[in-house]
Amino acid sequence: MMSDAKRSDATLPANPPQRALTLHRELTAVWTDLPGWRGALASVNHTTIGLRFMATAGVFFAIGGVLSMLIRAQLATPRGAFLDTALYNQIFTMHGSIMMFLFAIPMLEGLALWLLPKILGARDMAFPRLSALGYWCYLFGGTIILMSLLAGVAPDGGWFMYTPLSDKTYTPGINADVWLLGITFVEISAVAAAVEITITILRCRSAHMPLSRMPLMGWYMLGTSVMMLVGFPPLILGSILLEVERAFDWPFFDVARGGDPLLWQHLFWLFGHPEVYIIFLPAAGALSTIIPVMSRTTILGYGAVVAAVLGLVFLSFGLWVHHMFTVGIPHMALAFFSAASALVAVPTAVQVFAWIGTIWKGRPQLKLPMLYVLGFFLTFVMGGLTGVMLAIVPFNWQAHDTAFVTAHLHYVLIGGFVFPMMAALTYWMPLICGRARVPKLGEAAFWLILIGFHGTFFIMHLTGLLGMPRRIDVYPDNPEWVLPNLVSSIFSMVLAMGFALFVFDMGMQWFFGARSRRNPWQAPTLDWAMTLPAPAYNFASLPGPGRDDAAAAVMLARGEGILPGAPRGWRETLVVESGSGRPDHVAVLPGNTMLPLATAAVIGSFFMLMLAGAYWLTPVAIMAIVLVVWRWGAVMGSGRDHALVDAAPGLALPLHWQVRGTLAYSGAVATLVADGSLYACLLFGVGFLSVVAPGWPAPDSDLSGALPAVLVAVALGAMSMGSIAARLAEAGRATDLARRRALLGVIAGAVALAAMTGLALLLDDPTRHARDALRGVLLGFAVVHGVIAALLALRTHADARDGRMGASRRGAAPVWRLWQDFALATTAVSALLVAAQEVL
Amino acid sequence: MAGLVPVLAGCQGSLSTLDPAGPSASLVAGLWWAMLIGAGLITAFVLILLAVAWRRPEGNGADERVWTLGLGVGFVITVLVVLVGFGFWVGERILPRDDGAVRVTAEARQWGWTFTQPGPDGALLETRDVLYVPAGVPFDIEITATDVIHSFWVPRLGGKMDAVPGRVNVARLMADAPGEHEGLCAEFCGIGHSVMRFTVVVYEPGAFPDLTVSGGDDE
Repeated sequence: MMSDAKRSDATLPANPPQRALTLHRELTAVWTDLPGWRGALASVNHTTIGLRFMATAGVFFAIGGVLSMLIRAQLATPRGAFLDTALYNQIFTMHGSIMMFLFAIPMLEGLALWLLPKILGARDMAFPRLSALGYWCYLFGGTIILMSLLAGVAPDGGWFMYTPLSDKTYTPGINADVWLLGITFVEISAVAAAVEITITILRCRSAHMPLSRMPLMGWYMLGTSVMMLVGFPPLILGSILLEVERAFDWPFFDVARGGDPLLWQHLFWLFGHPEVYIIFLPAAGALSTIIPVMSRTTILGYGAVVAAVLGLVFLSFGLWVHHMFTVGIPHMALAFFSAASALVAVPTAVQVFAWIGTIWKGRPQLKLPMLYVLGFFLTFVMGGLTGVMLAIVPFNWQAHDTAFVTAHLHYVLIGGFVFPMMAALTYWMPLICGRARVPKLGEAAFWLILIGFHGTFFIMHLTGLLGMPRRIDVYPDNPEWVLPNLVSSIFSMVLAMGFALFVFDMGMQWFFGARSRRNPWQAPTLDWAMTLPAPAYNFASLPGPGRDDAAAAVMLARGEGILPGAPRGWRETLVVESGSGRPDHVAVLPGNTMLPLATAAVIGSFFMLMLAGAYWLTPVAIMAIVLVVWRWGAVMGSGRDHALVDAAPGLALPLHWQVRGTLAYSGAVATLVADGSLYACLLFGVGFLSVVAPGWPAPDSDLSGALPAVLVAVALGAMSMGSIAARLAEAGRATDLARRRALLGVIAGAVALAAMTGLALLLDDPTRHARDALRGVLLGFAVVHGVIAALLALRTHADARDGRMGASRRGAAPVWRLWQDFALATTAVSALLVAAQEVL
Repeated sequence: MAGLVPVLAGCQGSLSTLDPAGPSASLVAGLWWAMLIGAGLITAFVLILLAVAWRRPEGNGADERVWTLGLGVGFVITVLVVLVGFGFWVGERILPRDDGAVRVTAEARQWGWTFTQPGPDGALLETRDVLYVPAGVPFDIEITATDVIHSFWVPRLGGKMDAVPGRVNVARLMADAPGEHEGLCAEFCGIGHSVMRFTVVVYEPGAFPDLTVSGGDDE
């Protein structure tokens, strides 16, 4: 039934078959990493980067796991003297932070990077250099955080870093700065991954694969990446605000000066709750991929599952307050968030029942990935039910911040993420390493993990209901907590052994497994339409109608599909229209380069300078970032017109230099979605503090005079001029006018920045009151966007000067225009907001 | 019933939410036991469904709407409506009301509590780490903090309420009978978090305990 529905109306004639080995050699020469250590540093290939993400995440999982064993050792007895309290606080903070930010998120990014091009039928991700940049930012940020643990100055305020405990008064050391800066550094990689996952799914699918018929993994990852684009900016904003408060004493969260510690909680959980579904959705995507294959059938209810994914994405942004039921919010408001939190069980249940129904209609096989799927069902159903309990307000008032919550969150995160990811790893391992697994070891690891997990965490529900709070290191007066804690500690060691055996099993398969046959699970999806292990280029020719499943492997290897080989010596992949999947153009992707590494290094130097408190040196780092990023644009243009490429008989496509709707343009739109979310959160902060915070109204402002109004008018006028110049430059791209109009844009940008500098000098002292601090941030936001807009104008000018613009080649002009309009709109809104504050 | 005795004995403890000593904690404990039974039944239902799906001989295909709309939406929403409604009803009964109840205050700091309450002579009495309240009558507790966020929790009497600098949150509690109950800080607040405990002394109305004996007077 599905196979009929899947068939597209479009047809595409085959290219003539060639020798597969010749094609393989030709493509490998173009797509492979450089040899030796330079290859390791310069690789941008999604298979390399994806595996590297997953392996590094695995290392952080092991480190986080060792920390959890230290916690369990400390809690095994009521007077544990194993760790002192200060160190214990660092260890549980690091356990949570590492598992969330350095294991779970990078692991799912790694899976997405490694898998998506393969399962969607492309040769690489949309932005290979961004993959590599994301990896280096993750590695450097994670290393900074890890080093702090070795130096004994690790974050110690709990993984949600509630202020005022995390502010300068109560955490005077750099512990909190490590968290804020290190995690923000890692978040850059998350947002970068979100941008490219979104665009890859929308535009790098197999020819004529409409969104409505793409593999479910595509829908799950699209939901995930959209949530990341919208959900990470609140935390990034919160971290920036808290770091600015710590570094410069701007009082966003200081209740005595118009701030409010609850603003941090809102921003944190606006991120933190979607985060849970960001982690769950890719894992659920793996389940929706694996269960039908293991049951030798198709998924039950494709449309219902897609609707459930979209429902989860929507609902997940409406229930962050259930982490804040005890902060003193009115009961009617709590009832709303309680209902919304309970409602999220509906799309989750739709998926669980669709999966069971899939098993019902198929013929399930108990292979190793399926064991982990069964472990998922048992664990996740229980975790979901305790989640619904916690959504019920009066029960939450009792259970909140106790071991019951610790138990619940481990049931959903290990049940809903780790078990499915282990199913995914065992499922895709033959494609990763080309080898079959060693018998028996995997089953033993599974049972150790399952028994160890439930032994550790099931009784922890009771421990919590007996009143044991989270984050305590001793409990000398509570003999009733001794036995359940001892049970948890003993089984946690079983759990740890299980994970160790799992890793050992993976190693055995990698090094000693027998060669796997092609498509060992008889799966239908395109990821199995290639040789094992996956070649660097994925497909010798790209799939399309009639050649869009695993059965097309031989035809694709012989070059019968689209864009066979690498005849031009470039890394080429097909770009489609986002909805229909109609072929649009051919993108030439960048090859091996150390530019991402250099970029991550200069960004890292900025964070290190901030951490060291050398704020006066940070402008140097910012200049270095600008210089390095400038070089990213170098390969985006072409100095000449290129002929159409014959992708298949009757299908001639332009190269990306000669179309307007490039991947880069789509990526810029996605980036602005994230940027817009950040700005919306900033507006939320202004509104929240002025309405809810106790220390208002603010003292009189000096901004109400005529001079500030004039400066604002000059800035907005100049930015409007920039928007016009961007349009004119693009319109005049075939002539000499483009260069002069771009120059006009540069000058307009400089005027706007000069006016904003004047405004900065007129601002009230931002340390006086949160209102003045927020105005400083609004102006800072406008300045950063003004600088980037001016740089894009400069880039357009360079493109025009160096011949990278022409009748069909637009250079950076479209992206400049997009950015300039966004900068103008946000600056205008900020100006109106401040004006309204002054008038009202 | 006899089988329940050891189970319930395992639920006892000076900080146990399952060993309630006041109406608020009793309501929530009842809510918990009801939810536990429901959750147990649902877990069993799902696992049996899975087992049947696994073992049944291959036959006619499954009806998609039964699984996704029937079970996924219909069944779950029915359960949720009942549960959320029940939870809201419980929550409304726990809330403070404007009925002239005894008012006490709790001020949290790193790492201890300062309470004010009506003393033996009716005048306000300030104490550290011991709160005196009469038995059998509801009291409203005004909770705040002077430094970082803490949380006021007496598990045997009822749910917790955060102590947030710059805000005063009000919680209503009541103890059924005279006695002593343990309380603690439930929100992580730094090095002294584990030991930020306090005691609630519940006295027979009109019979304020002798402060010199209980040792809980102001420092």
